[in-house]
Amino acid sequence: MISRTLRGKVAIVGIGETAYYKHGQSPDPEFKLALKAILAACEDAGIDPHSIDGFASYSEDRSDATRLAVALGLPRLRSATMQWGGGGGGCCAAVANGAAAVATGQADCVVVFRSLAQGQHGRFGQAAGAGAAAATVAGERSYLVPYGVISPPQRFAMRVQRYMHDNGVSQDALRAIAMASYHHAQNNPRAVMYGKPLDAAKYDASRWIVEPFHLFDCCMENDGAAAVVLMDAERAQACAQEPVYLLGAAAGSGPRFGTHGHNSPEYGSANFGTVAPDLYRMAEVGPKDVGVVQAYENFTGGVLMALAEHGFFKPEEANDFLVTANLIAQGGRLPLNTSGGNLAECYMHGFELVLEAVRQVRGTSTNQVERNDVALVVGGPMVSPVSNLLLGSRAAL
Amino acid sequence: MSSETSYLPAGLPAPVPEADGLSAIYWKGLQQEHLLVQRCAHCGVWQFGPEWICHRCHVFDPAWVEVAALGCIYSWERVWHPVHPVLKERCPYLAVLVELPHAGHVRMVGNLLGDPLQEVRIGAEVEGVYEHHPQSSLPYSLLQWQLR
Repeated sequence: MISRTLRGKVAIVGIGETAYYKHGQSPDPEFKLALKAILAACEDAGIDPHSIDGFASYSEDRSDATRLAVALGLPRLRSATMQWGGGGGGCCAAVANGAAAVATGQADCVVVFRSLAQGQHGRFGQAAGAGAAAATVAGERSYLVPYGVISPPQRFAMRVQRYMHDNGVSQDALRAIAMASYHHAQNNPRAVMYGKPLDAAKYDASRWIVEPFHLFDCCMENDGAAAVVLMDAERAQACAQEPVYLLGAAAGSGPRFGTHGHNSPEYGSANFGTVAPDLYRMAEVGPKDVGVVQAYENFTGGVLMALAEHGFFKPEEANDFLVTANLIAQGGRLPLNTSGGNLAECYMHGFELVLEAVRQVRGTSTNQVERNDVALVVGGPMVSPVSNLLLGSRAAL
Repeated sequence: MSSETSYLPAGLPAPVPEADGLSAIYWKGLQQEHLLVQRCAHCGVWQFGPEWICHRCHVFDPAWVEVAALGCIYSWERVWHPVHPVLKERCPYLAVLVELPHAGHVRMVGNLLGDPLQEVRIGAEVEGVYEHHPQSSLPYSLLQWQLR
C-alpha cells in the first residue's frame, strides 16, 4: 500500500508578512496587504513570484485565488483550496491542503496566506456577530444571541468554565498563558504589544470581559497579512532558505462537536481529542519530542485545553504546569507562543503562529529556543473544524 | 411559570426559524409554554439542537416530544463587556447552560434570573421560566431559568 502521509514530502521554503497594525490602522487595503505578504514570502524563498501555481487559505479569506493569480500575472493557476470553518480553526489545515496539492502533483509552488483588514471590512468578531445589529436571528445563533451570548468570548467562556470546574484549574493558569505571550512580545519588534509588558498585577487588575476571561485573556484585533511558500522536498533544496519540513498535519472535529445550543458531547474541550492523535501518528513523534509550541489564543482557556489534549500535561496537572517560567523561551519546559501570538504579536488569525514555528526551526526567532527540531502549531481551539501542524528540521526526518 | 418582564432589555434580535423551518416547532412551543426537543421515534435517541435526521439511526424527521423544563446548571458565565447597544447599561448579566438529565442530557442556554452578582454553582437545580416578548414586531418567547 502506498503510504498516505505528508511527512517529509513538502517543505516551507519562504515566509513573509506585512507590518502588523491595530485594527483599522492599516494604510493599505486588505488585498494589497495579501499581495505584500506573498511577495515578501517569495523574496524570502528566493523565488520568482511567477512560479506560484496554487493558493490555500481559510476562514473565507476575501483575497481570492483567482484575483491573486490575475494580479500577479501567473502563467497558470492550479490548486485553489479554502478550508471550511471560521475563526482560526483552519490556519494549519490551509497549510495541509496546500501541501496535499504539492505532494500529489496537483501544484508545484503553493502560497498559503491570511489577510485581514478589519478597518476596511469590519472587526472580525463583530462582523461574525452581524446578527447583533439585525432584527432577527436564526439557526445556531438563535439559541444564544437572545440571551446575550453574542461575541466570541461569550460563546466560549462556558466551555472553559466547565473545564476549570471539572479539573480544578485556577485563574493563575490562564494568567500564565497570557503573560508568556506578552513576555515574548517584548523581544519581538514586529509585535503590536512590543514595549507594552504585562505583569501579574496588571492582569489581575484588568477588567472582566466575561468570566472567566479578563481583558488579557482575549486576543487582539488587527490588520495585516502573512504568507508561506510550499514546495516539494526535492525542489525545496534549491531555495534560498534551509527547508522546514511538514512532519504531520491533521484537522477536524470530535463526535458531534459543534452541535447547536452548546450540545457538543465533549463540552469542556478544545476539540483536539481526535485531531491530536492523528497529528502525532502522521508525524511519528509524541508530545515529549516537541520543543516549542505555537497555540492559537482566541482565549487563554482554549490554549489550556488544547495543550492538555496534545498530551503535555494531564488536565488535573494544569496548575502545576501552566506557570510562566515553564512557558518562556528562556529556559522553559515548553516554550509557548514565542512571537507573542494572537495576544501580543498580532491577531493574524493564527497565521503568524505558522511563521513563528518556521522561524524556530530555522533558528531565527527573536525568542529562539534550544530544542527546535520539532515545532507544533495548534489552530482554533474550541471551534469546528480545528487543525494542527508539526514542522521539523532535516534532523527531525 | 412565565414572565412578562424580560431579563435583558428589549431590542436584542428576535429568534426566528431558519428559512427551511427546521426549528419552527421549538419556537412555537416556547410561545405556548411547552418545551419541545427531538427524540427519534425509531431508536429513542434525544437530539438538540434540531436536525432533519436522527444522528444515530438516520431516520428522517425525528419526532418532537415535550419535556419538563427542569434541569441543573452545567456551566455559566457572567458577562461584563456589552457587545450590543441595548446591553450597555445592563452589564453584568448571567448566562447559564442547563442540562436536562430526564431528556437525554440535552442542554439549553438561557439566563439565570435574579441577582447578576450571585454566586453560581455548577450542578445547582433550576426550573424554567417562559419569558414572553409579545411587544416584539415578531412576537417570540424565551426559556429562562431560576434556582429551584
